[in-house]
Amino acid sequence: MLRYTLLRVVGAIPTLLLVIALAFMMVHAAPGGPFDNERVVSPEVEANIAARYHLDDPLPVQFLRYLGGVLQGDLGPSYRYVDYTVSELIGSALPYSMALGIIAMLLALLLGVGAGTAAALRQGTGFDRIVMAFSMTGISVPVFVVAPVLVLLFAVKLHWLPAGWSGASGAGKYVLPVITLALPQVAYIARLARASMIDVLGRDFIRTARAQGLGTSAVVRVHALKPAVLPVLSYMGPAIAAILTGSVVVEEVFGIPGVGQLFVRGALNRDYTLVLGVVVFYASLIVALNLIVDILYAVIDPRVRYR
Amino acid sequence: MSRVVKVTGAALLAIAMLALIGPWLSPHEYLTTDFDRLLLAPRLADLHLFGTDDLGRDLFVRTMMGVRITLVVAVVASLVSLVIGVTYGAIAGYVGGRVDAVMMRFVDTLYALPFIFFVILLMVAFERNFLLIFVAIGAINWLDMARIVRGQTLSLREREFVKAAQLTGVSTPRIILRHIAPNLAGIVVVYVTLTIPQAILVESFLSFLGLGVQEPQTSLGSLVNGGVAHMESASWTLLIPALLLAAILLCFNFLGDGLRDHLDARQSP
Amino acid sequence: MKSQRSMAVIALVFLLAACGPAEPPALPANTLERGLPSDPETLDFHKARSTQAADVQRDLGEGLVGYSPTGELEPASAERWEVSDDGLTWTFYLRDELRWSNGETVTADHFVAGMRRLVNPATGSFYAQMLGDIENAAGIVSGDIPVSMLGVDAPDERTLVMRLVQPTPYLLGLLTHPSTYPVHPGTLAEHGESYARPGRLVSNGAYRLESWIPGSLISLQRNEHYWNNAGTAIDAVNYHVIVQATAELSRYRAGELHVTSNVPSESFAQVREEYGEQLHVAPYLGVYYYGFNLTKPPFNDNLALREALSMAIDREQLAEKAVGRGEQPAYSWVPPGVNNYEPPTLSFSALSKEERERLARVRYKEAGYGPDNPLQVEIRYNTSDHHRKIAVAVQSMWREVLGVETTLVNEEFQVLLNNMREAQITQVFRSSWIGDYKDAHTFLSILQSDNPANMPRYESTEFDELMARAAAQVDPVHRRLFLEEAERTMLQDHPAIPIYFWVSKHLVRPEVQGWGDNVLDYHYSQHLSLSAPE
Repeated sequence: MLRYTLLRVVGAIPTLLLVIALAFMMVHAAPGGPFDNERVVSPEVEANIAARYHLDDPLPVQFLRYLGGVLQGDLGPSYRYVDYTVSELIGSALPYSMALGIIAMLLALLLGVGAGTAAALRQGTGFDRIVMAFSMTGISVPVFVVAPVLVLLFAVKLHWLPAGWSGASGAGKYVLPVITLALPQVAYIARLARASMIDVLGRDFIRTARAQGLGTSAVVRVHALKPAVLPVLSYMGPAIAAILTGSVVVEEVFGIPGVGQLFVRGALNRDYTLVLGVVVFYASLIVALNLIVDILYAVIDPRVRYR
Repeated sequence: MSRVVKVTGAALLAIAMLALIGPWLSPHEYLTTDFDRLLLAPRLADLHLFGTDDLGRDLFVRTMMGVRITLVVAVVASLVSLVIGVTYGAIAGYVGGRVDAVMMRFVDTLYALPFIFFVILLMVAFERNFLLIFVAIGAINWLDMARIVRGQTLSLREREFVKAAQLTGVSTPRIILRHIAPNLAGIVVVYVTLTIPQAILVESFLSFLGLGVQEPQTSLGSLVNGGVAHMESASWTLLIPALLLAAILLCFNFLGDGLRDHLDARQSP
Repeated sequence: MKSQRSMAVIALVFLLAACGPAEPPALPANTLERGLPSDPETLDFHKARSTQAADVQRDLGEGLVGYSPTGELEPASAERWEVSDDGLTWTFYLRDELRWSNGETVTADHFVAGMRRLVNPATGSFYAQMLGDIENAAGIVSGDIPVSMLGVDAPDERTLVMRLVQPTPYLLGLLTHPSTYPVHPGTLAEHGESYARPGRLVSNGAYRLESWIPGSLISLQRNEHYWNNAGTAIDAVNYHVIVQATAELSRYRAGELHVTSNVPSESFAQVREEYGEQLHVAPYLGVYYYGFNLTKPPFNDNLALREALSMAIDREQLAEKAVGRGEQPAYSWVPPGVNNYEPPTLSFSALSKEERERLARVRYKEAGYGPDNPLQVEIRYNTSDHHRKIAVAVQSMWREVLGVETTLVNEEFQVLLNNMREAQITQVFRSSWIGDYKDAHTFLSILQSDNPANMPRYESTEFDELMARAAAQVDPVHRRLFLEEAERTMLQDHPAIPIYFWVSKHLVRPEVQGWGDNVLDYHYSQHLSLSAPE
């Protein structure tokens, strides 16, 4: 088990290098430089700026310089926020996205697996239909519609909750963003859990267990839940990615200073180092999450283990 | 076939047909602006059945055009991801070992590239081509499909009937084709039904960022996004496309569920 | 056992979540909440380039000259000034009670240091050419002359002398701009290039920088040492960064903002109905235009085509119906509201719609196009609902009047800028020019052939000559005649289609006192006060 874990960790390093190289090339291939603005500057001034940020070096030199920095934990200065380093910006944005994402994810997991399992056990009943109808609705409405509707209802009309993030105090400001962010994931996970649970409940070993006289709750808890959660588990990586993507809309609509918003703004503004920094950070995060999922997989289902 | 499959299938077909012939029946054009008829509520009088938008364009025709594009995007994107994802996932999962590790590393690598960045670059570098939208969406969604299929295949190949086939000397491609693939059908159908709505939602997300189809072309996503701004003053600009969008997504979801039940019933011993 | 482990995992995750951001302290009373359309790239006075950075900087720092709430020039750090008869030497006398936010005295040397830093090539300032009319400035910016040679001196602590290379009637306007503000040498020496961060920045304006959460909030606190501290009513200012205009409107409606930076065009009619008195719309010194790429076919050698396309646009309908926030249809390049100037107008401005469209078709035919041979053209605009509406409307008008087949291409702002500057793939593109000071020069100079902001790549020796002769005039009447003649020449050449003149749009709550609408759209927080809300 330890050897397996170590091997996977070592294997992650070339992946990360590849991601950095790919992202670096893509960022530099994109048209539009970081210093374009309506205020156009003279060639002299432009050359000064380019020299300061080493934009006039050949690309491979720029890449190696960047990689060297990354190895020392230095993601470089941001072009967009000239007074800040990329690490500082990500560091300041991360707690907001983390808090939001983790709460939304937990909510989605608890509600999703719970509702999905319950629906699977009552397959075909009214309860099942209600859960599935809710789940369908959750998947069917885009986040960028849900968010403004919730704001209109609870902030503008009822004045129960704040419409924005900055300036608001208390836990209230988390409520609308978390609901908006969690909603599609609850729906998605519920569907996944239900389908997988129905699948597992139909398998032979469950029938055997049932034939031995075990009650439904015991069957689910002892035998069915673990294999049924597998597809949900392997969905966790993408779910986190989806939450990060979804957080772009949520962060933008609610004005939350998180990583998603930082990233999209960075990409649209051609902030080379900020975009790269977020990619590197994000890549590490996702590689790490995949690693954890794979290891969890191996723990839960010992038949699935690499040689 | 269950009733659900028939009903939702028929509903989708009806929507598709309406989208196909609707614009042709209407006296209005999807790109003609009319500054004397801005944001009209739906009415029969001059056949603005769904009203008009903020440039006086007929929303019935535009919504139908939007449905066309949305459906094409979703179906093509899902097919792209289905073909790539199933092939890739099944091979990785079945062959296993080093091949699996390398293949999945590659998927991890792609996963780790934030897709919206990838899409922004594609859209910008290739001049925002309509075709590229679904290639991009498909190119992203196959990763999910590949992982799910691979995970399922991993468990499948440890099952007794696969072991039995291996012992009796059946060739690898044949095992994948005859024993693994059919058993993947259920989960793949579930995932395609989830992929189509996902593709539609990704398209609308792109519209939200301003990276969707080019004006005066439109999609349900960009109509909904445009309608959000008029949510209070001209609710029909949001409600009609949003309801249609939800209806299409619901139909696909129910259709998938129905198909799944159907396949399950057939597979049960 | 197992359930214990999963409990531990959940507990761990909650612990992580608990490490989230701390709550900001409760807001003190007498705080002004303002919207800001995007983050400043920096608050460094000499490096910032965006209008939103300048908005915040006008609260933080102060120049020699400032503006009143209604947009009239007024003394700021300088209490008075003199100009020599040839218009080339200006002498500014500073107030004697000027203090930095740390209590130290602001001297004339600090202003010299600020201006030197602005033109220093090592700074890489975007506004380096702002002071181009000062002696040696151009040579310093290009790196040929040492920075110390800049024609600005401080003969004593409270006197500043500026020597110019040509009479510059708009000099006072330039000196209101944050890029000409002074710099606190101690802070700059201690923290280097990133001195303008919270906790470091020492500024000389009515407010000091308290905190900045990128993407969210910039907080300012009263500067107790400011010379006019007694005349400053509001204790703290919060700038809320809200990118989407619709989101900003929601926050205003939810009672979270006193002042918005914009009003979305989609909701404009509704807002006007609902908030009547709180809505402030005023002419704004900016022209919204469609530029032609004059370096490539089909526009490089086809004046008739450019004129036909310009004529075919119904500016009244665009301004009133498609935009509809009080924008004025543009028949000239320089907007109304600049000092000592009367813009000439396009030849067809007085024609009826029918006559104008008939002439447009005639010119279109002369240009070599017709129903069998329609022009196929691309309009590029940056992604925004507002620009989209105008592009769709223009496309529709060209199609109906001339039969032009237009393709719309929306791009990210950065990409559009890049494409405009390269002038390789652009044909027609949307752009704007916002005036930096109330003089026709700020609008006309960007069309001089050597100006990097000349997006259409307009090159006319006649126009350039007229501009050069205008610059050499001491007499304002002569200068004005040359400038007007230059614009007349340029309008006949149709390098661009002026579409409308901007308006500024704000929602201002009734408890905000002292708000003034002005063409520059500058609203210093120190001029405002808050009455008790009803």
